[in-house]
Amino acid sequence: MLRYDSIEELMQKAEKRQKNISDLVLEDQAQEMGRDIEDVYSEMENNAKVMEESILDALHPNIRSTSGLSGGDAYKLYKSIEKGRNIVGGFMDKVLVKALAIAESNACMGRIVAAPTAGSCGILPAVLLSAKEEKRISHSRMVMSLFTAAGMGMVIAKRASISGAEGGCQAECGSASAMAAGALVEMLGGSPRMVGHACAIALKSVLGLVCDPVAGLVEIPCIKRNAIGASNAVVAAQLAMAGIESVIPVDEVIDAMKEIGDLMVPSLRETGEGGLAATPTARELTKKIFGMTNTNEQ
Amino acid sequence: MDVFDIIGPVMVGPSSSHTAGAARIGKITRNLLGEEPIEAIIELHGSFAQTYRGHGTDRAIVGGLLGFDPDDLRIRKSLDIASQGGLKYTIQKINIRDAHPNTARIKVRGSSGKTVVVTASSVGGGNIVVKDIDGLEVDFTGRSHTIVIPHRDAPGVVAAVTGLLSANDINIGEMKVYRKKRGGNAIMIIEVDQEINDDITKQLNELYNIDQVTILNPL
Repeated sequence: MLRYDSIEELMQKAEKRQKNISDLVLEDQAQEMGRDIEDVYSEMENNAKVMEESILDALHPNIRSTSGLSGGDAYKLYKSIEKGRNIVGGFMDKVLVKALAIAESNACMGRIVAAPTAGSCGILPAVLLSAKEEKRISHSRMVMSLFTAAGMGMVIAKRASISGAEGGCQAECGSASAMAAGALVEMLGGSPRMVGHACAIALKSVLGLVCDPVAGLVEIPCIKRNAIGASNAVVAAQLAMAGIESVIPVDEVIDAMKEIGDLMVPSLRETGEGGLAATPTARELTKKIFGMTNTNEQ
Repeated sequence: MDVFDIIGPVMVGPSSSHTAGAARIGKITRNLLGEEPIEAIIELHGSFAQTYRGHGTDRAIVGGLLGFDPDDLRIRKSLDIASQGGLKYTIQKINIRDAHPNTARIKVRGSSGKTVVVTASSVGGGNIVVKDIDGLEVDFTGRSHTIVIPHRDAPGVVAAVTGLLSANDINIGEMKVYRKKRGGNAIMIIEVDQEINDDITKQLNELYNIDQVTILNPL
């Protein structure tokens, strides 16, 4: 049985049994939920399918969110890359388009998979689905890596938080990025220890990120932060695959995130009152968007 | 918590805590009422109150009250569906002391006139915790098969309930009893591993000192 109170526990048990973290998490969860391994795997596979569908949902030039604040950026990026205007190239192009597309689909009240939350739903699938396509990794290996991501996410949720209202954006896009970094390392054949380092490196790089959505909507800056969070995950994974280690152990990084989240004032925790949300432009937009009634009573 | 709390739920956007969790709060309130709601006063606290329009929290809670799950695309149109279907709703802002930032208190009246007041918080990733039912403090997630038993605080009531469950081969995972004062209104929240069928519900309802029993299937 796994306790999920530290990533150290996951790494040690995986090393001891010479298995991937994903194998341990899948086995453990099937047992915990009293279900067959195949059954739990196939639910995860179904989630992966929804992730893929949510990309296509948003890859249209005319898609707009209900507020009108966002939509169409994934398509814009896709077209631009098609014309050869790319800076980062190959793998990262795919990651960025997918991250924007899924995050836009979410903003437009499309159907998505929270991973770990809806506001950060583009990061994990963008990284893992792109790796599957670009690095020719099997579908099942990609689905399995979602269990590694989930295992790390459970530890983060237990030790810190995955809610922007409690811990700021670092708890949402930060957690997603850390989970994606670790999962990508496992997909690429890295050791459990490297998975932990990737997770730590990704999370360290977004500590302190506040949740300051314009008009309180999961649109500005959330959608673009999904693209940045995904790229942060890829960078962290690349460093970890080279054997680069996080000097601060991953569980201590998570504890630091918790402490920083506790120190954030409420206006920077998803209330739509501080940071970017408090800029003159944001206030103007907020005024423009809201003019509805609070009741259907006559 | 399991892997599908982290990679999941599959849901209609844009916010797991403000949309999916809100839909679950609406749905569990509907289930606690146990009949079709016709009127709802939805009070929002903290971040819910600040940002509900942008996150579709109002649409999600109303959708939940209409019985929609968080992945049901009808949530997008739930306010219209409520108006057409005869559910009157009001959204208000409140301040509840020491409540989680994403908390709603919903007063709902059903077609038979039955009412229930439920306070619940959306605690992240679409997960919720029910905090209060009709003024009695509780604390459960609705993720397991859950039996809600309002009763009078008296010796032997808990034993009668657990004895009956045991006789029906029902295993209790978690159980809590809450009361306001000795001999007053109390409530039992029992999370069990097996499904509770109508026969067991009927037997529970026949026990002495027990009000209407509500069975909640996992959300």
